[in-house]
Amino acid sequence: MGAADSSPAAPALLCLDNVMRRLLAFFLIAAVSLASAPSKADPVDDAVAALSSGSFDSVHEGVDELVASGSPRAAAIIGALQNGKLYFRPDHTLYIKQDDGTYVGALTGTPIDAGNVKPVRVNNTIRGAMDAALGALRLFSPETAARMTAAEAVFHAADPSALPALTKALEKETDPAVKTRMEQARAAVILASAESAEADRLAAVSVLRVRGDIDARGFLASLSDQPPAVAEAIAGALTAIDRAAQLWSVAQSIYYGLSLGSVLLLAAAGLAITFGVMGVINMAHGEMVMIGAYTTFAVQQFMHAHTPGMYGASLLFAVPLAFMVSGSIGIVIERTLIRWLYGRPLETLLATWGLSLVLQQAVRSIFGANNQDVDTPAWMSGATALGGLTLTWNRMYIILFSAVVLAGLMAALRYTSLGLRMRAVTQNRRMAAAMGIRTPWIDALTFGLGSGIAGMAGVALSQIDNVSPNLGQSYIIDSFMVVVFGGVGNLWGTTLGALTLGIVNKFLEPVAGAVVAKIVVLVLLILFIQRRPRGMFPLKGRAVES
Amino acid sequence: MKLDRTAYLTLGLTIGIPLVLALLNQATPAGSALHVPTYVVALAGKYLCFAMLALAVDLVWGFAGILSLGHAAFFALGGYAMGMYLMRQIGARGVYGNAELPDFMVFLGWHELPWYWQGSQWFPFAVLMALIVPGALAMGFGWLAFRSRVTGVYLSIITQALTYALLLAFFRNDMGFGGNNGMTDFKDILGFNIQADSTRSALLVLSALCLCAQYLVARFVVRSRFGKVLIAVRDTESRTRFLGYRPEAYKLVVWTLSAVMAGIGGALYVPQVGIINPSEFAPGNSIEAVIWVAVGGRGTLSGAILGAVAVNFGKTWFTGVLPDYWLYALGALFIFVTLFLPKGIMGLFAKRPGKPVAILEAAK
Amino acid sequence: MTEAETLPGDTLLYLDGVTVSFDGFRALNALSLVLEKGEMRAVIGPNGAGKTTMMDVVTGKTRPDSGKVMFGLDTDLTKLDEPAIAALGIGRKFQKPTVFEPHTVWDNILLALAGDRKPRFSLWAKETAEERARIESVLETVRMKDQRHRLGGDLSHGQKQWLEIGMLLAQEPQLLLVDEPVAGMTDAETEQTAELLREINKTRSVVVVEHDMAFVRALDVKVTVLHEGSVLSEGSIDHVSADPRVVEVYLGR
Repeated sequence: MGAADSSPAAPALLCLDNVMRRLLAFFLIAAVSLASAPSKADPVDDAVAALSSGSFDSVHEGVDELVASGSPRAAAIIGALQNGKLYFRPDHTLYIKQDDGTYVGALTGTPIDAGNVKPVRVNNTIRGAMDAALGALRLFSPETAARMTAAEAVFHAADPSALPALTKALEKETDPAVKTRMEQARAAVILASAESAEADRLAAVSVLRVRGDIDARGFLASLSDQPPAVAEAIAGALTAIDRAAQLWSVAQSIYYGLSLGSVLLLAAAGLAITFGVMGVINMAHGEMVMIGAYTTFAVQQFMHAHTPGMYGASLLFAVPLAFMVSGSIGIVIERTLIRWLYGRPLETLLATWGLSLVLQQAVRSIFGANNQDVDTPAWMSGATALGGLTLTWNRMYIILFSAVVLAGLMAALRYTSLGLRMRAVTQNRRMAAAMGIRTPWIDALTFGLGSGIAGMAGVALSQIDNVSPNLGQSYIIDSFMVVVFGGVGNLWGTTLGALTLGIVNKFLEPVAGAVVAKIVVLVLLILFIQRRPRGMFPLKGRAVES
Repeated sequence: MKLDRTAYLTLGLTIGIPLVLALLNQATPAGSALHVPTYVVALAGKYLCFAMLALAVDLVWGFAGILSLGHAAFFALGGYAMGMYLMRQIGARGVYGNAELPDFMVFLGWHELPWYWQGSQWFPFAVLMALIVPGALAMGFGWLAFRSRVTGVYLSIITQALTYALLLAFFRNDMGFGGNNGMTDFKDILGFNIQADSTRSALLVLSALCLCAQYLVARFVVRSRFGKVLIAVRDTESRTRFLGYRPEAYKLVVWTLSAVMAGIGGALYVPQVGIINPSEFAPGNSIEAVIWVAVGGRGTLSGAILGAVAVNFGKTWFTGVLPDYWLYALGALFIFVTLFLPKGIMGLFAKRPGKPVAILEAAK
Repeated sequence: MTEAETLPGDTLLYLDGVTVSFDGFRALNALSLVLEKGEMRAVIGPNGAGKTTMMDVVTGKTRPDSGKVMFGLDTDLTKLDEPAIAALGIGRKFQKPTVFEPHTVWDNILLALAGDRKPRFSLWAKETAEERARIESVLETVRMKDQRHRLGGDLSHGQKQWLEIGMLLAQEPQLLLVDEPVAGMTDAETEQTAELLREINKTRSVVVVEHDMAFVRALDVKVTVLHEGSVLSEGSIDHVSADPRVVEVYLGR
């Protein structure tokens, strides 16, 4: 018998709990047995004999010895024992019962006629032993995933007695990911052990510092009684990990801020254009966004019912449709209401507010007052991790979408003749009219364009927020803020304003809560207005003064 | 001060009708044909408080050209000041029976009154706060805004954002003002049972008196030289600068006065409706106040009172008969008034077509 | 051309090297000008020469990018805003008449009357007999006595110009800046205006910006010609008319 006595009652181990004791014992055994290049026969036979003896103590011993033997069948046998599928005969042979009721030889794994067998029985002590045994064995499991989990378990346990086994496993390990995990486990074990050399400790701290996650940090922080150089290294590692975490958190906030900002941009761009060209603030602008969101809902309802196969493309249909619906409503509003109030911006404000009430109530009557569900198509769901960042796909697409729309809008303003005429009217209406530009027509188209973009904003919004008749109201004030902050001189101002407000909002949220964040933004804006009463990029020149 | 026909009419109706209502409520028995039910008294009181808010809005909009979309904030702040006093008066009669703390604080697990509730058990203090808090906020905000020469639409948007921020703030439970439930279940005011019809009648008459006082004060201001400067500022602000005036100083004075007026309206409103909650800060409320003034006739003062009473009466009627359509009606009212009735109802009575009545009077 | 530190003691207005740019466009280009107390100066120049911008700078509407603007010998105008400069005694009449349309002629002048501008004062102010007398005197000077109850918005263009001159007078300024006072006036009105200005000049200093050459000639004062933001020529009307640079740029081709 080459296996060491696996009595668990050694005094030094009394303070560890049962499983830990078991784990420790098995590592010792496994290490010794592996180091001594065991032959299969003897220890395994002893193990089998013990397992088939019928008494709890011998079964217990048998389990220990089986692990120590390093036999490739050990895991299968112990697994069978765990599931109550291990049987024995008085002639000291073991059998494993299969799902179909037949038996295979425990050592051979081949089907065999078992004859009169009795189950090997276990008690709680043995159960604990089996758990620990399997854990240890899995470090050598042929399956990569199992080895990975085992390495991680060892890392969390950080039991110094695991070192020899780990070292052996590391030598054999070929998969780089598992190898890293094992090295990290090894580092933890080294730091937890009282006997490690200082050089080894320092190296271990570096390994954990590179790992850098919350578990590594927690572990490093919990260490005590380290030599001064090591303690210093640990402190340094903690600082480095914290700083990295902070940077990732900042990056995450920026990401959320960008996505919020891009939605605000879409919502506010139309407002800025309308205000720039016509000098009117449309209080019903939020409702244009809301109508865009409801258009998305309607498209999805329609597709659900009639063309379920194309459902994934629902947004692709919703975007142009929302543009047209909101845009046409915008043109109608301009022709029937706004143009009669030309030159009276404050009255226009009031009239459009009344209009917003009517529109909200109309949507409420048609669709009901409650939130409606708008689905996110499969290709837009999910997230991807980038370092410490979680990038959700829906927000990513929204950011891209906004960028595309913005680029398109700027191009339209810059390069099309309509854009040229709009800019002319923005800068000097009377002169533009005198040059033959039909300003009423430009007004109608501008209003339509602004409302159409708002509609598209609604499509984007439906993906990240609730769709209800009050949707417009929640975003209108933010849109106003963007316009006030960014000025109406050009779309870059609107972009800058939207992104800044989005990011500032998202930075303040985790610190102070969403409400206080909004209040702070407002106060900052009022103070900002002191310096720039017309926003960051105001229109300049004499003609604008009027 | 000289009073003209419009002023006499306004004062007469403003004091007369409430007096009659109150008398008929108190002096006649319940079954009599002449009896005015208590709910009418309460309703009338509410209308008069709204009229004070409208007057405040007209002062800054009709005469200084500032379209405030957040004036209900000052109204609400005055209301909360009074609400705090009324909450303290409940004493141990609340659900939790705590003599010191209002119910909502007990519910939150608080053990003592926050510092800003100190003093709220005294009526004079509550009145003072109803004047000072809106006034101070207005002064601070106005100083910042007018000094930086923010005007027109930008200013209106900022006022809307202000009331919206207050809405969000007062919704928070940890602000200590009752959170989204606000304050309610008031028992008595100055020792009188708040639900008693005698109390209600008294509050109605008090509101009428306050409204009249505010009307006279506003009238005095707009007809003085100060008012003339204000109108000049409204007309061509930059020109007044070249004449040596500081428009921001004038605007600040009238803005602060207007906020205090609104605050008084709010303080009288809360005991009469029996509740104050953050929804009073909603931007929609402020914008509605603007439409009252527009309907009545902007820049006429009497028009503000007329508009407030008329529109709210219409709202009461509408929401009783066709509740789902009220918002349509309100929205349509906005559109109709701005398109077809820019001078409001008072404009229909102007001596010279196209000139607001108050300016006419000032020109004599 | 500046007289630097050796300015005569009765210098009223002194511009030195004033430059103003709007988005790259130089409205004023190192402009220098000296005005003596009691002087009347005519400033002429083509459109865009910087005449109105010069007035904007003096009255505090526009801050110069560089240069000095002094009132008297020691008051730096670049540090003051419009109301403060108006309070110093600099009054301006605008190119486009900007009277207060909702107010009567009487009230327009009342508002312009030199006096306390503070809100506290105007809240309690009652029209005094002295104020009434002053308004009457102004009405007399600008010949609008019978228009006193008409609203500013109801006046004709010429009447608005006169009202604005009246408002300017009511301010009792030391220095009047008058921007195109006879634009749109008839010949008779133009003659009256010249006479009025000469009358005013007896007690106050005046700078007149004008296009109307006959008017400038009638004034018979020193002329400063502006071109592209700086002084092109200065002297009597005959002197500048003969200056070949002026002829080329402005007066005749």
